[in-house]
Formats: sequence, C-alpha cells, structure tokens
Amino acid sequence: MAEVMSMEDIRTEASGLGIDLSLVDWNSVWVPPGEDFGVKSDDEDLNEDNSLEFDGGFGNVIVVDNLPVVPKEKFEKLEGVIRKIYSQIGVIKENGLWMPVDEDTGRTRGYCFIEYNTLQEAELAKEKTNGYKLDRAHIFAVNVFDEIEKFMRVPDEWAPPETKPYTSGENLQHWLTDEKGRDQFVIRAGSDTEVLWNDARQVKADPVYKRPFWTESFVQWSPLGTYLATVHRQGAAVWGGASTFNRLMRYAHPQVKLIDFSPGEKYLVTCSSHEPSTPHDSHRVLLNIFDVRTGKVMRDFKGSADEFAFGGTGGFTGVSWPVFRWGGGKEDKYFARLGKNVISVYETETFSLIDKKSIKVENVMDFSWSPTDPIFALFAPEQGGGNQPARVSLFQIPSKEELRQKNLFSVSDCKMYWQSDGEYLAVKVDRYTKTKKSTYTGFELFRIKDRDIPIEVFELENKNDKIIAFAWEPKGHRFAIIHGDNPKPDVSFYSMKGGKVSKLTTLKQKQANALFWSPGGHFIILAGLKGFNGQLEFYNVDELDTMATSEHFMATDIEWDPTGRYVATSVTSVHEMENGFNIWSFNGKLLYRISKDHFFQFLWRPRPPSFLSPEKEEEISKNLKQYSKKYDVQDQDISLLLSEQDREKRKQLKEEWERWVNEWKIYHNEEKTERQILRDGEASDVEEEYEAKEVEVEELLDVSEVVVLDA
Amino acid sequence: MGKTNLLLNDGQLLLLLLRRSKSSSFLQLNFRQSKAKMRPILMKGHERPLTFLKYNRDGDLLFSCAKDHTPTVWFADNGERLGTYAGHNGAVWCCDVSRDSTRLITGSADQSAKLWDVQSGTQLFTFSFDSPARAVDFAVGDKLAVITTDPFMGLTSAIHVKRIAADPDDQVGDSVLVLKGPQGRINRAVWGPLNKTIISAGEDAVVRIWDTETGKLLQENDKEVGHKKTVTSLAKSTDGSHFLTGSLDKSAKLWDSRSLTLIKTYFTERPVNAVAMSPLLNHVVLGGGQDASAVTTTDHRAGKFEAKFYDKILQEEIGGVKGHFGPINALAFNPDGKSFSSGGEDGYVRLHHFDPDYFKIPSI
Repeated sequence: MAEVMSMEDIRTEASGLGIDLSLVDWNSVWVPPGEDFGVKSDDEDLNEDNSLEFDGGFGNVIVVDNLPVVPKEKFEKLEGVIRKIYSQIGVIKENGLWMPVDEDTGRTRGYCFIEYNTLQEAELAKEKTNGYKLDRAHIFAVNVFDEIEKFMRVPDEWAPPETKPYTSGENLQHWLTDEKGRDQFVIRAGSDTEVLWNDARQVKADPVYKRPFWTESFVQWSPLGTYLATVHRQGAAVWGGASTFNRLMRYAHPQVKLIDFSPGEKYLVTCSSHEPSTPHDSHRVLLNIFDVRTGKVMRDFKGSADEFAFGGTGGFTGVSWPVFRWGGGKEDKYFARLGKNVISVYETETFSLIDKKSIKVENVMDFSWSPTDPIFALFAPEQGGGNQPARVSLFQIPSKEELRQKNLFSVSDCKMYWQSDGEYLAVKVDRYTKTKKSTYTGFELFRIKDRDIPIEVFELENKNDKIIAFAWEPKGHRFAIIHGDNPKPDVSFYSMKGGKVSKLTTLKQKQANALFWSPGGHFIILAGLKGFNGQLEFYNVDELDTMATSEHFMATDIEWDPTGRYVATSVTSVHEMENGFNIWSFNGKLLYRISKDHFFQFLWRPRPPSFLSPEKEEEISKNLKQYSKKYDVQDQDISLLLSEQDREKRKQLKEEWERWVNEWKIYHNEEKTERQILRDGEASDVEEEYEAKEVEVEELLDVSEVVVLDA
Repeated sequence: MGKTNLLLNDGQLLLLLLRRSKSSSFLQLNFRQSKAKMRPILMKGHERPLTFLKYNRDGDLLFSCAKDHTPTVWFADNGERLGTYAGHNGAVWCCDVSRDSTRLITGSADQSAKLWDVQSGTQLFTFSFDSPARAVDFAVGDKLAVITTDPFMGLTSAIHVKRIAADPDDQVGDSVLVLKGPQGRINRAVWGPLNKTIISAGEDAVVRIWDTETGKLLQENDKEVGHKKTVTSLAKSTDGSHFLTGSLDKSAKLWDSRSLTLIKTYFTERPVNAVAMSPLLNHVVLGGGQDASAVTTTDHRAGKFEAKFYDKILQEEIGGVKGHFGPINALAFNPDGKSFSSGGEDGYVRLHHFDPDYFKIPSI
C-alpha cells in the first residue's frame, strides 16, 4: 500500500493549497477507473463475495433469446421485424443490432444482441418484451447482457447452502445502559458526522464516535434508536453497536434519495428517482422495502413519479414522502399508500395487498394511521359541486370495516392530528364562509377509545381566528393551539378530560408560531421561529405558569430529548451565521452551547418505549423523592468535583502565567540599560509621575508669552 | 506635550493646563462623563470605515486612520477632534506616534508612508513605494521605523526598515533593510525587544520573527498551534514581552515575543479583525464581525459587532461592549487602562471610559 494520508494531512494540504474542504463537493470527485492511487478503500467488505455487482459496461445491451432460426434468405425480414419491435421502445444504436449466424449452416442462431443508448431504455425493453409472443413457438426471453454472466454462473446442480455458525451479535441497545442515564445525539457539520453524549451534569457534550464523510446526504436514527442510517450513492447503510459504531448492514439501492424506517424498525423503505430517457416522460421512481436485519429486499415498487405523487408533503421531483405510511403500532404489520381514488394497504407477512385489493375511496385526499392501532382516518373532499359532502372516515384493518364516518359541509381543507396514544383524533376543518370568499376553522374531536367513538365539535371563541399551530400533549389529554390574526398571536390550552373539551387558559400576545411538547407531556415550548428570530418560552401546563423565556437567536430547529429532560435548539446552515446548537434544561436554563460552521443536522437518539408497567411508572412518580435521592447525591458530588477541578485549573493557569510574567520581568530588567541607550539616555520605562510634567506646564506658559507678544 | 494647545481656544487651553498640573484636576475635568455610567463617546469624523487606532504614550491623544484619506487626532478624554493630517491620496491603513508625541507616521494605499508633525499637521517626509504601504511601527528610540508593503502588480510583499532622522531636513528615503518572503499581504509588523527583531504576520497566517541585523528569518510559529487563516491584527504588551494576534479563523493568540511560544488562545464566534490588551488588568479585547460584504444582508444583532472582553489568563469571555453597526476594525487601549476606543466599519470611533465597576471585576 502506498503512502496513506490521514484526514489531518489532507486538511493541512488542502489549506495549504487554499481549498476549503467543507466546500468541496465530494460527489463530483471521480478517481480514474482502475486507479486507486494506492489507497485501499476502508470498506472492509468491498471485496467480499456478496459485494455489489458493478456494471460491466454493457448495461445498455440486451440479449433477446428464443428467436426463430431462419436461413439466409429470411435474415433481413427477421431483422426488420426485430428492429421494428425494439426501436419502438428506444433508439437502437447505429450498428446496435447484431444477430449471429452459424457459419456452417448459414442459419441464424436464434438470438440477437441489441444495444441502446441508455441503460434505462435497455431496462425498459427487457421489462416490456420479456415474454413477448412472436408466435406460439417463439416467446422472447430478454435479458440485460450484464446479467447473462450472472446466470451462467449458476451451478447446474443445486447444493445446499452452507450454514454459518451462529455468532451472537453485539448488544445494540448498549447505549441505554449508560450509568449516568445520558442520552446520545448525532450532529452533522461540515464534512463530519459525530455522535455525542449529552453530559448535562458536566455541562458539555462528550464525544462517542466521529467520522468524516460518514454519509453523502443525511443521517437518520431508526425510530427505536437502535440504528443510525447513512445514505450513499450505492445505497443506504445502518450502523450501531455496543461500544462504537460498526456497519451492521448495507442496502443496495443506487442513487437512493430518501429513506424511511417502519416504526418498529423492522423494515427500511428506500426510494430513488431517475431521469427519464425522453424529456416528456416523467421521472421513474424505484422503491425498495428491505428487512433491516437481514438486508433482504422484501418487495420493490417501480413506476413513474406521477403514481407516487399523492398525499404527504416531503419528497422530491413529484414524489410525496413518505410514500408508505406504516400502521398497526410498533409491530410493523401494515403499510399503506395513497393512490388515485384508492388506499392500498399491504401487510408485511406476504408483502401483498390485503385481500388482494385496495380500498376504493372516491377522491380520497389524505389518510393518517393511528400511532398505536391498525386504524386509519381518511379525508375525501366534497364532490359534485357540494351534492356529495366531504367526509372523514375511520377504517379498521385488516377487516376494512368503517368504524365511524362524519360528513362535513362546505369544507375547503382538512388536517388530521392523532394523539400519541391513539386515544384522540383531532380533525382541523377549514370551512368556507357563506360568501365563499374566506374560510374559518373548526375542529372535530374523536374519542377513539370510547364506545361508538363519540365526536365533539369544537370551535375557538373567535372562530375567525387563524390557526397557526396545533399540538396534542404526548401521552396526555391536553392540546395547545396558537391562533389569532395579530402579529403576536394567542396560545390556548384545552383538556379532553371529563367527556367534554374544557379550556384551561389563553395566553395573550405571544411571539410564537410553533409548539413543542415535551415527549413526557406537562411542559411545552412556545417557540417563535423564522420571523420571531428564535423566541423561546418554556411553559408548565400543569401549573399554567411560564418557567422561563429566552432566545436562541435565528434558531431553526427545536428538538426535545427522548426523555423530556433536555431540549436542543439549533441554527442550521439555512442561515449563514450563528450555526450551532444550544442545550437547555426542560425548564429553560441554558446549559451549554456549541458553535459549528455549516451545521446541518441535530438528532437525538430515540429510546425504545419503557418496559415499566403503567402501575410501576405511577408508583415511581409518586415516590419520586426516594428514587431521586441517589441522583441528588451524584449531582452534588459532581458539582463539588467540578468546582474542585475548576479551582485546580485556575490555580494552575495562574501559576503558569506568573512564571511568564517573572521571566519577562527578568528580561526587562536585564535589557534596561540597552533600552536606555536606544532612547538616548531617557531613563524611565514606566509612566512618570505627574509632578515631573509640571516642567512642561512652564513651557506652556511660554505660549502665553506669545500672546503677550501679540499685545 | 509641546505646543499643541496653540490650536485651541482659551477655554480648552485652561482645561489642558489643569489636566497637566494636577491629577486631581483631571478628575474634575472628567466629571461630566463619570456621571453617565460608561456612556461611550461617539466620534464621527471619518467618512469611511476605520482601519486603525493608536494612543500616544501619555494617553491624551488618540490617532485614528480610516479608508478616507485623512488620519485624525482626537482628545482621548472627551473625544473632541483636534485636527487632521491631510495629504494622503488613498486609504490609510496604519499609524504610529513617537514616544514624545511629536512625530506621526502613516502607511497608505496611495503607495506611500508619510511622516507628520503631530502639532502642526505638516508633512515632513514621504516614503514612496511601488505598492500600497500597510503597517508602520516606530522602533524603541524612534530612530527607526518599519513599513510593510502589499503584493501588487507582480511585486511581492515586503518589510522595509527606514532610518528616521532627528531633524526632518536630514531625512532620506533609503531603506536600511528590506525583508521579503511571506506570501500575501503582511498585515502587521512590529519591533521586537530592543529592536533586535521584527515580528510580522499576515495573510499566510504565519507569525514570523526576523533578525534586524542580518535580515534573516529567525523563527516561524509552530504550524500545529498557529492560526489557520489570515492574521488581521497584532498588539504588543506595554513592555513588549508578549503580543496578541487576531485572525479570521475566529481566534486570537497570545505569544511570547522572544521565543514565539504560544501562551494562550482565545476563541470567539466571529472572525477577529482587531485586538487589544489592557495595560492595567489581565484583560484582552477582541473585535470583529463577518465580512463587510455580508453586513447589509444580516440583522445587526446577528453580526456580533461587539468588543469582547476575555480574561487574559483563564481565556474565558467576561463581557462585551456593543454599539457598532458594522464589524469592528480597530481597537486600542488608553495606556492608563481606564478607557479604550473602537473603530468600526460603520465609520465611527467609540470612546469608552470604564465605570468603576469595571475595575472591580474579580480576577484570579
């Protein structure tokens, strides 16, 4: 292996050349083929058998088999027929059709090669004409040339696969056993991706693992925090482990753009979009669903972007993301996708449609799963100019039974909000006023767990108020709304307790436009992002009391840690400056701040749900004092230790400084005479006493003599 | 202090006499300011961004340079403008005043450095170069001066040492010594202890020490610990034993003048354009902000146009003084340590007298 440069070397080299590494687009850097500059990839299993098959360069060539075997005379006719079939699909390259001829007999060999300009055309040709019936005897078998070799390698005789001995894996949940009960988070800044502990007691972040160029676009935790997913040109990968971050699995999907885990992190959905071969076609979309642990593709979906353009807001080039929404709680039993007039629900045992057919709902616009149960709510708008009212329905899966339906009139839009335990569903309904010129907003509140699912209509006191934000209390019965048309809107809190919605309070004139409930409930941050420049109000909903108001100037993102003890506010690279993040306690005390240029992402590592029974949890919260005693002692020890360390450090710094000062004094005295000579004998280095300058005062009196002269 | 008072009307002359004769009267003079708690004096005299500030040794005069062409002298007590030095034809980057406050030297983008008579404001001599002059510094004894010139039209940057004649009539323009080598602009060059060395720093982020006898490069700072981006500013301690450099890499570093050992590093959130050290307390002040080109596009709060105070020994931030509408380009401490001034991209000089609380800041 030739000289290998460390990352540090590369940095210094680059700065020497005046290149800012953080600005380099690594995707645009290509190494000449076959040349690795003596640097072996650190991808340890790149050379393994199951490594990705790379194109042999013949990806745009297809082989068509099962052609009629014809003599010379008919050669041209057959060629004409084939050319006609295949040039409909794409442009065949010049001299791109070659049909081999048996030299002895002069007859064709029954197959031919066709070369297209692009890979996509070849793929399409294979897809469309494999199995094409020329006549009864000749059914085309079409393969991409690159794959032929693969098929050739299939041994003729089946050999039982070797069973590898079982090796027990690492404890992937090791981070949960941290003695100090800390939480981890991942940050991405510049080219580095870094996982850190939030060591709030020591008021700092404690590094766990850092890797430059870990991902090519973004990182994502799996919903239970077991894996960290990275995205690369070749596909996605997940990382995790007991002590450090090892790569656990790779999911091959060239040019993957988006990924999404199922809530129980059993499956990973990857999505890519490919430029169409002709500009008036739409983008082609490829989706794969992988089993996270085995890395096997469970099912793939292909289609044009238009087919995936329903519902959802995220996404790219016409695809709404996530395409598949997972239902049925953490068991990952069902996933569903919105189509034109249908909702297609799949189950993960067979990865096929339930009952082999989709649920037909005319004009369905949106649907949303309950976070805990196999129930989803859907919304279909008005039809036939108001003759058929808009409706919201609840469906149960797998029975496809409609549990509840509500018709709504003069609706312009609906939004569905599930409470985290699936107990309540709020549907925000925007209705037209009589003139149809403006809209006002009301809510339909469903109590899912009650008998017959009662629905309550709920409107604000001033129903013309614009709704800026709505959020359920996680695990709770309350919700918060930011509403109003003023530059400073109001925030109201309501409770679902007691079978009827009751208002708790309204806070007037707040600089807030976003709500962030603590994952444990009870506390909420009223945040003023964007136009409000990062105003933060930490509010206790139990006491209806503001705990603290603060500001993280320019903050773009706010995220609670999974336990609800700390909050991270960050300024990401959407702003040029101020990049970095702050960590706050739940009650609004700023613990520490870290600045990072080109800051892209901050993500807390999620925790799996607690194994404690609700009774046990209640018991703990009742006797919290007893349980917290141990931690109080620890806290005190640490704060003592910290102040001790701090004193020690200060003392040391002071001593060090005094050593310097003394050294300088010695030099200064030694050089005194020399300095005096340089100054033509002027003695003092120090400021003279003011008395000494009184001589100068007399000089000034000379000035008045000038005045006398004038007189 | 000589006959500067010729420029003044009677009332001011009186004040100056008082100030000269007894320190107690000095306090009386100042009572007007002491009432207002540390309210800064806003000095508007320049039409373009400030580039440099310098107090004379007595601490009663403040010299300011700006991108307009006229360096200006102010009373350091009340911020009253005393006079200007007209003659340059380009931005003035730097200045220095002799120990006896009679001579001023300025370096300008008009490819010259000029010697001035402080009191009368007359030009005494012009050193002409083939490229813009940047940093100027008088040696101990004021018989030598160092002037740096920028890379320009194929010329590399250079450090020139000129002899300063006692009588301006004897002044010649010849260089005693010319040092070349560093890449890019040399933003600052100052004399080391006993004029034996010259310390320079600039765009290539390296701090260098040169021998003034031989012209040889003696030392470069350790790359591992050095600045990562352009060094914008450099300030010496009163006794010249150590100095502070500020850099666009958002840090300032304290070095030993003799051994070039890195002693301290102060981290900030902004590129550092200006640095100063308190002669009285163990404090350093850093000023900066983002690039001038981005100023108009951002909220003034986002710019962090603050002068940040750090504990010199603990390297911890202890406070900040806000006020400028643009990045701070220049900082200087009054030699008595009781006031400091800052010059901004906004064209203002802000003169801050510390209120008594400042001197109660606990140090270790």
